[in-house]
Amino acid sequence: MTFWTYRRRDNLVGYLFVAPALLGSLVFVLVPLAMVGWYSLNEWNVLGGTFEFIGAENYRRLLEDEKLRESLVATAWFAAGLVVLNLSLALLLAVLLNQKLRGTTLFRTLFFSPVLVSLVAWTLVWQLMLQPEGSVNGLLGFFGVDGPNWLRGDTTAMVSVVVVQVVKNVGLNMVLFLAALQGVPAPLYEAAKIDGAGAWTLFTRITIPLISPTILLTSIITIVGSLQVFAQIAVLTQGGPGTSTTVLIYYLYQQAFQFHHFGYGATISVLLFVIVAALTLLQWRMRRKWVLHES
Amino acid sequence: MSRDGSKRKIWLYGLLCVLCVPFVFPTWWMVTSSMKPIGEIFSESLLPSEWTFSTYETVFRMQPFGQQYWNSLYIAVVVTAGTMAVAAMAGYAFARIRFPGQNALFVVVLTGLLIPSEVTIVPLFRMFQSLGLTNTHWPLVIVPVFGAPCVLAIFIMRQFFLALPAELEEAARMDGLGRAGIFWQVALPLARPALGAVAIFTFLHSWNLYLEPIVYLSTPDMFTLPQALTQFVDIYGGPMWNVQLAAATMTAVPILVVFVVAQRQFIEGLAHTGVKG
Repeated sequence: MTFWTYRRRDNLVGYLFVAPALLGSLVFVLVPLAMVGWYSLNEWNVLGGTFEFIGAENYRRLLEDEKLRESLVATAWFAAGLVVLNLSLALLLAVLLNQKLRGTTLFRTLFFSPVLVSLVAWTLVWQLMLQPEGSVNGLLGFFGVDGPNWLRGDTTAMVSVVVVQVVKNVGLNMVLFLAALQGVPAPLYEAAKIDGAGAWTLFTRITIPLISPTILLTSIITIVGSLQVFAQIAVLTQGGPGTSTTVLIYYLYQQAFQFHHFGYGATISVLLFVIVAALTLLQWRMRRKWVLHES
Repeated sequence: MSRDGSKRKIWLYGLLCVLCVPFVFPTWWMVTSSMKPIGEIFSESLLPSEWTFSTYETVFRMQPFGQQYWNSLYIAVVVTAGTMAVAAMAGYAFARIRFPGQNALFVVVLTGLLIPSEVTIVPLFRMFQSLGLTNTHWPLVIVPVFGAPCVLAIFIMRQFFLALPAELEEAARMDGLGRAGIFWQVALPLARPALGAVAIFTFLHSWNLYLEPIVYLSTPDMFTLPQALTQFVDIYGGPMWNVQLAAATMTAVPILVVFVVAQRQFIEGLAHTGVKG
């Protein structure tokens, strides 16, 4: 036998194949994460050129930062609004497209198309349509409603960024729901119909439970995704008016790259990491619990 | 029964058409308004009173838009190809090859799912700055290919390769193929649907990237499209809306056309991603 047995060669190929991903994870994920932790313990102003160890000072500042609290509230509203509107609309569209109708492929294409429009292009178009004299208010005026200046009011600005984001991406969840709906066995419906169940009962008692793994999956993907929404905020509202749409990642960007507080920015990064990691781990746990449903 | 049925159909079509408005109108409005004279941007008319293409010339006069288009396109293509290669190899090795330390290494790679690249933007910026690589495209290419954004792709590829029947590989081994040969000639061709899904979402992710370009890039000839779109302002800093719309149209329409032509593969590819990922 030579030294290079099949087993040994196999091991070598295995290591070689995972090497790029593994090195990448070390250099671009784990080492930077450790650096974020280290930076967060320092006062570091890039413009002033100061770098000074201050222990947990940044974390105390985090707890006392009124703006951060407002930013967390905005983040929570944004995530909640996004998930509720996105999932209910995605489910409605999927149910409509799952009817035996001619032309559903066309509608599916239309509902999906914003996913493919470049994000900033989409946001710019909506920015124009949401101006006081823009198309949205033009349409409202057609029904006799005097529309607000959408991007300048606290609540309306938040509603606007949520709606713009939902219309852009709801097509993705719609497609996932559609695939799930098509996986529900038709005989179940037949049997329930014979028992005299109405359409609503069929929907709540059969459809919803059977597609619940997809609902869970999409809701977590959507929440975690909402924490990474940056371009839409930067283009539409720059976090304003006031801090009403300053979601966490936008606040991070402001602190680190506009005010040049790298140390404090890193502290906010740590907070963002904790939230994302907690939600993702929660998803894994719940999926394991639900795995029986996932055939 | 049939009258009831057709009434229901009319209701459904009506509902679908109304729901379509916010999805279709913005794109329609973007394309038509980019050809309206500036005074008509806020008019209610669905079509321009006279068609003008001068905004399109202005786009290229104000910025190196062709160069920026090329930047976005080549970065997205390189990132997509790189991600497919890295993810296919790692996904295959984690799924089909047994080697010591495999599970521990997989966990190390998976941590990328917990750490989105936004979290590490500060140290990554410092890293590339100290290497003199800010205002180059390197950070926009190597971080997505090797860093956190690639991990989901690895996960999807692994899930796919796990489901591959072992008999296929055994047969190939009988025929004298080595591991690399099995991967290249047997496994990879079968993985086309998963690779397609990975390619689609990687391309879109790179094409839409905004935070990283505005952090790393500083001169217009290096800009990518999303960043360039926001730079069309007049000498007072006010946005030149019709020029923005012309640029936005040129950014969006080619992708939309490709989508409409290949929409079945697109949508089913992505549905596949979601179910597995």
